[in-house]
Amino acid sequence: MAGALLELIGIGKTYPGVTALDGVDLAVGAGEVLGLIGENGAGKSTLMKILGGVTEPSQGRIRIDGRDYASLTVGDAMAGGIAFVHQELNLFDNLDVAANVFIGREPLQGGWLKLIDRAALHTQVQPILDRLGVDFAADTAVAELSLAQMQLVEIAKALSLKARLVIMDEPTSSLTLSETDRLMRVIADLKSAGVSVIFISHRLNEVERCADRVVVLRDGRVVGELDRGHLKPDAMIRLMIGRDLKSLYLPPARPPGADVLELSDLRTATYPARAVSLSVRAGEILGLAGLVGSGRTELARVIFGIDPRRGGAIRLNGEAVALAAPRDAIDRGIYLVPEDRKRSGLLLDVSIAGNISLPDMLRHSTAGIVQPESETRNAERQRESLNIRTPSVASEVNALSGGNQQKVVLAKWLSMQPRLIIFDEPTRGVDVGAKNEIYGLMRQLADSGVAILMISSDMEEVIGVSDRIAVMHEGAIGGFLDRSRFSEHNVLQLAVGNRLN
Amino acid sequence: MFKKDLGLFLLILVVGTAVAIINPRFLSPINLSNTANLIGLFGLFSLAQAFVIITGGIELSVGSIIALLGVIFVDLIANVGLPWQAAVILVIVIGVIMGAVHGFLITFMRLQPFVVTLCGLLIYRGIARYYTEDATAGFAFGQSFPTLEWLTAGRTLGVPHSMIAFILTAIVLAILLHRSVFGRYLFAVGKNEEAARYSGIRTRRIIIAAYVICCGLTALAAIYIAMYTRSISPASHGNFYELYAIAAAVLGGCSLRGGEGSILGVVLGTILLQVLQNLVNLLGIPSSLNFAVMGGVILIGVLADQQLTRYRKSRLAGRPEHAAHAAPAEKAVAE
Repeated sequence: MAGALLELIGIGKTYPGVTALDGVDLAVGAGEVLGLIGENGAGKSTLMKILGGVTEPSQGRIRIDGRDYASLTVGDAMAGGIAFVHQELNLFDNLDVAANVFIGREPLQGGWLKLIDRAALHTQVQPILDRLGVDFAADTAVAELSLAQMQLVEIAKALSLKARLVIMDEPTSSLTLSETDRLMRVIADLKSAGVSVIFISHRLNEVERCADRVVVLRDGRVVGELDRGHLKPDAMIRLMIGRDLKSLYLPPARPPGADVLELSDLRTATYPARAVSLSVRAGEILGLAGLVGSGRTELARVIFGIDPRRGGAIRLNGEAVALAAPRDAIDRGIYLVPEDRKRSGLLLDVSIAGNISLPDMLRHSTAGIVQPESETRNAERQRESLNIRTPSVASEVNALSGGNQQKVVLAKWLSMQPRLIIFDEPTRGVDVGAKNEIYGLMRQLADSGVAILMISSDMEEVIGVSDRIAVMHEGAIGGFLDRSRFSEHNVLQLAVGNRLN
Repeated sequence: MFKKDLGLFLLILVVGTAVAIINPRFLSPINLSNTANLIGLFGLFSLAQAFVIITGGIELSVGSIIALLGVIFVDLIANVGLPWQAAVILVIVIGVIMGAVHGFLITFMRLQPFVVTLCGLLIYRGIARYYTEDATAGFAFGQSFPTLEWLTAGRTLGVPHSMIAFILTAIVLAILLHRSVFGRYLFAVGKNEEAARYSGIRTRRIIIAAYVICCGLTALAAIYIAMYTRSISPASHGNFYELYAIAAAVLGGCSLRGGEGSILGVVLGTILLQVLQNLVNLLGIPSSLNFAVMGGVILIGVLADQQLTRYRKSRLAGRPEHAAHAAPAEKAVAE
C-alpha cells in the first residue's frame, strides 16, 4: 500500500513445533481503523507482540514510514509512534492520572535533584484529557477510576507519546454499553485527527461499527480482508472458520445415562446478573466452549467449591449440594483439572507420588501417619495405567514434560472415585502425542460412567472430543449443540452472542 | 535436605573444636551443662517458630508472649496461689488462644502475618508491663515448688531438664512434621497454597493450626524460661527472642517463602546459635558484639548454602532436559 504508515511484509514466527504466524502481510494507512479478528490462537497476540517489540519474528520485514526493520525493539516501536492499549491495563493504581500518563517521562525541575515538576505535569496532561473529552480530573487517583476511564488514561498515554498508531487489544471486553459507545467516539476522533487504530476484538458488531477494513487471521495466516462495504458479522465468521479439523472423535460405548450434575440458575461473582443452567449426564463429555473471558473458568470454580455461588443451585445425582470448599466437592466425587496446572494443580518440587496422593491422604495413612509404601504403590499403578513417562515416581514433578505433568494431575483424581470431572483446558501446553492419550483417557472415563465437563478454547478439541457442546457467552449459556449441529460456524455464532436460525 | 543438616552439623563441630582449642573451659561439665540448658530453652520456641515459617508466615510476638505468659504464670503460682499444675494448663491454654486469634486474623481476615504478629509483639509487651505495673515479678523469699522446679530447672546426671524437654518435643514434632498427614499438608500449604486448596486441603485450618502449635509451644517455653530466671522484669524479659527463633529456623534450612525446613535443621540451628553465644563469652570478645557475631555467621551460612544449592543445580541441569526430550522420542519409536 502506498503511503502506508506501517507495513508488515511476509512476517512469520515459528516456535519449536508450532508455526504461530506464516507469511502475514498487513498494512495500515494513516487515519485508518483496521479491525483484526480471528479465533483464539489464530495468531493475533503473537502479531501484536512483534509490533510491540516484545517478540522477534522468524521471517519477514516490518516497514515503518518506509524504513525497514527485521525486528523491532520496544524503543523502535515507541519511536515509530506505535502505542498499545492492553487488555490488562498497565497503570499504577496509587498514582494520579497525570503521573500515569507521563510515567518515566515526568517534567523535572531543581537541576540535579530531579524533582518532579507537578505543575508542568498537570498543564501538559490537561490538553490531552480535554481532547479525549474525559469526565475526570488530572489529579484523580487511578484507583478511583472505572475500567473504561482507565482505558482512556491509557489512550491519553498513547497520545502523549505522539502515537500515530494505537493498537487496542480487546478494549471493550470489560466495558458497559455506554462506555463502549464513548470508546467508539474516541476512536472516531482519533481517526479524524489522522491517528491510525488497530482494533482487535471478538465482538464483531463493534468491529463492524468502527473499522474501515477488517483483516481475518486463521492459523497464523491472513485468510481474508473485508472492506467497509462488506463488513457483516456473518461474512467475518465465514472467514474466521473453515480450517480442516482433524477428526478426534471417539464415539461413546453406550448412550448417556442420568444427569450427574445439574446447574439451575447458577450465578457467579463475575457475572452476577447472568444465570447458568445446564446438566451433564453420566457417560457424556460435555464441551463448554466460549470466548476467553466468557466466564467458563469462574463457573468451574463455583462447581468445585472454590468460589461461593451467587444464587441458583447445584444438584449432584438429583440432590442439592452446598459446596463451601474444594474438600466438599472432592468428598462427593467432583474433581477439577485446573487450567493452570503449575499454579493450581501441582506442587512442582514434590515427588510424583506425593502429588498423586495429596487429595486422598486418609487412604494412605494409618492413625494420621503417612504410609509411603501405599503412596508409592498407588503412584506406580497410575504410572502404568496413564503411561506417565518417568524414571521413578519419586522424581519431582518439575522434571516432567507438560503432557506428563497433566497426567499427574489426572492421576490424583483417577485413584479416587470420580462422578464428575471438570477439565479446564486439558491439553494446553501438551504435545500432540500426549494430547491424544488424554482424549483417550477422557473417553475411557466417560465410558466407565463418569460425567465429564470439558472447558476448551481450542475449536478442534471442542468439536472433536465432545458429545454435546454448551457455548457460553458473557456469563450465560448462549446455546447447546448436538453432534449433528457441530460446526465452527455454529459455535462461533453462539460464542459472540448471536442466535442460530 | 539431609545434606544441609550435615553441613550445619560439621559447622558446629568445626566451631566447637576451634573454641575448645582456644579455651578448654568450653568442654568443662559446667559450661556444657549451662549451654545445654540454654539450647533447651531457646530450642523450644525455635521449633515452634519453624511450624509457622513453613506455612510461609512469621511469628514476631514470641518474645512478648514469653514475657506476658511468664509474669502471668509467676503471679498465678506465687501470688494467686493456684496449684502449679493448673497454672501450667491455664498458661498453655492462653498461648493456644493467642495462636488461634493470630491464625484467624491471618486466614479469615486476610491480614499479613508480619502485621498481625507485630501488633501481637506490641500488645502483649504492653499488657505484661501493665499487669505488674512495670515491676519485676518473682517469688517471695523462701517460696518453692519442688516438683515444678525439678521438672523445669532440674538436672539429671548433669543434663538439664529443659534440654530433655527440648529433645522430647523435637522428636514428637519431627514425627508430626515429617511423618504425619498434618505435616504433609503443612508443607503443601507452604509450597503452593492454591494447589493445596485445589487438592482439597482445608488450608485455613492448617495455617491456624500452625499458629496454635507455635504459640502453645511458646507458652511452654515461657514457663521454662520463667522458672529459669525466677524473676521477670516485663520490660526486657524475652526481648528479641523472636529473632533468635527466626535465626535458628533459617539457619536450619527453613525458607521464609515457606514450604521448606526440617526439625533436625532447627535443632542444629539452635545449637549453633548457642555455641556462638558461648564463643563470644569464652573468647573474650566484647559481649556487646554478640549480635554482630550471630548476624555475621547467619549471613555467611545462608549465603554459602545458596551458592552450594546453585552449584548442585547447575551440575544437574542436564538431567531434566534429557528426560523431557526423551519422552517424545520414545513415543515415536513406539508408533
